[in-house]
Amino acid sequence: MASIVGGLTTSHVPAIAGAIARGAQGEPYWKPFFDGFLPVHRWLEEVKPDVAVVFYNDHGLNFFLDKMPTFAIGAALEYRNADEGWGIPTVPPFRGQPDLSWHLIQYLVDRDFDLTTCQEMLVDHAFTIPMKLFWPHDVPVTTVPVCINTVQFPLPSARRCYALGQAVGNAIRAWHSDKRVVVIGTGGLSHQLDGQRAGFINKLFDLKFMDSLVDDPEWATQYSIHELVEKTGTQGVELLMWLATRGAVAGPVRKVHANYHIPISNTAAGMMALEALA
Amino acid sequence: MPNRSIPGTTIFDGTQAQKGYALNRMCFSFNEQANRDAFRADEEGYMARYGLQAQQAQAIRDRDVLGLLAAGGNVYYLAKFAGIVGLDVQDLGAAQTGLSKQEFKDRLLRQNEQPVRSPA
Repeated sequence: MASIVGGLTTSHVPAIAGAIARGAQGEPYWKPFFDGFLPVHRWLEEVKPDVAVVFYNDHGLNFFLDKMPTFAIGAALEYRNADEGWGIPTVPPFRGQPDLSWHLIQYLVDRDFDLTTCQEMLVDHAFTIPMKLFWPHDVPVTTVPVCINTVQFPLPSARRCYALGQAVGNAIRAWHSDKRVVVIGTGGLSHQLDGQRAGFINKLFDLKFMDSLVDDPEWATQYSIHELVEKTGTQGVELLMWLATRGAVAGPVRKVHANYHIPISNTAAGMMALEALA
Repeated sequence: MPNRSIPGTTIFDGTQAQKGYALNRMCFSFNEQANRDAFRADEEGYMARYGLQAQQAQAIRDRDVLGLLAAGGNVYYLAKFAGIVGLDVQDLGAAQTGLSKQEFKDRLLRQNEQPVRSPA
């Protein structure tokens, strides 16, 4: 059966792609952010995952308000990036893992998760930037994107996203394959782009949330979506991807590394790497 | 019981999604360079093709970020419009908070100083 090596979570602020394109990783503004990934690169060299299942949220590249799935999963041979309209460079396609996609679809629908399945799926910065952060050179993994709606309310609850993650984890561990899988969750942490409260950041909550993912992973599921927006901002609610990731990894974990840095653009940037011990 | 409101925050719910549909649909089209060029060449004609309401069209003309949100705009689609007119999310933040861009960036930096322990 397949195994899960661990979980990776990171912010996906578009400006990161600009910094990578300019080679600005060593500049004072960016260095504390990019340096946080160095221990994770070493860890990935050791555990060598073959496949990445990526929880992310689309920002109006693949999905529009005409059809807005709550949970969508890719089932394609490859996933292309495309112009998002505001000028970050597009990147080459990512390889899919369709046999795992269809195994996940079968397993999850059997367990009452009603997924939208996508044989064509453009992936936006929320998918492409984390891949580049974790693998700055060549991407050695095949991928399965799982998109969670954070654009149009009502959003799925924290509890539901955690449960989705748990089911994804169980499905991966039941996959007839010898592949090593890493689960990735992108977005957050606290930030708000819109409204008079733009620029809102909640350091205390973010740090508590990051701690909770190690030893008390269900902690944040006590909150409603409305409470999470209040505590983390309209975009901070992207922590749902982190919760799904931790749900998938399941059981005890070792914190490989974590980094938290204010600000990247308008965002409190967080990153965690958790190794599965179970 | 309805949720209490969050100051300075509009939840993009079904009401907003219906109200803003034409505006957001236009902004979604800006994913493509040809559409960005067409908008630049003839803003009024482009807005008319997407059927923007008067309030939405005026907020586009005025580059009025809060007005666009009030007209049902969603920030992810509005960001594509902002890109056309050369504004990034920190320009948007400044415009919405009444600060200069430098003041807005300074305020973000100061968020580092938030206490990391709850008051006893």
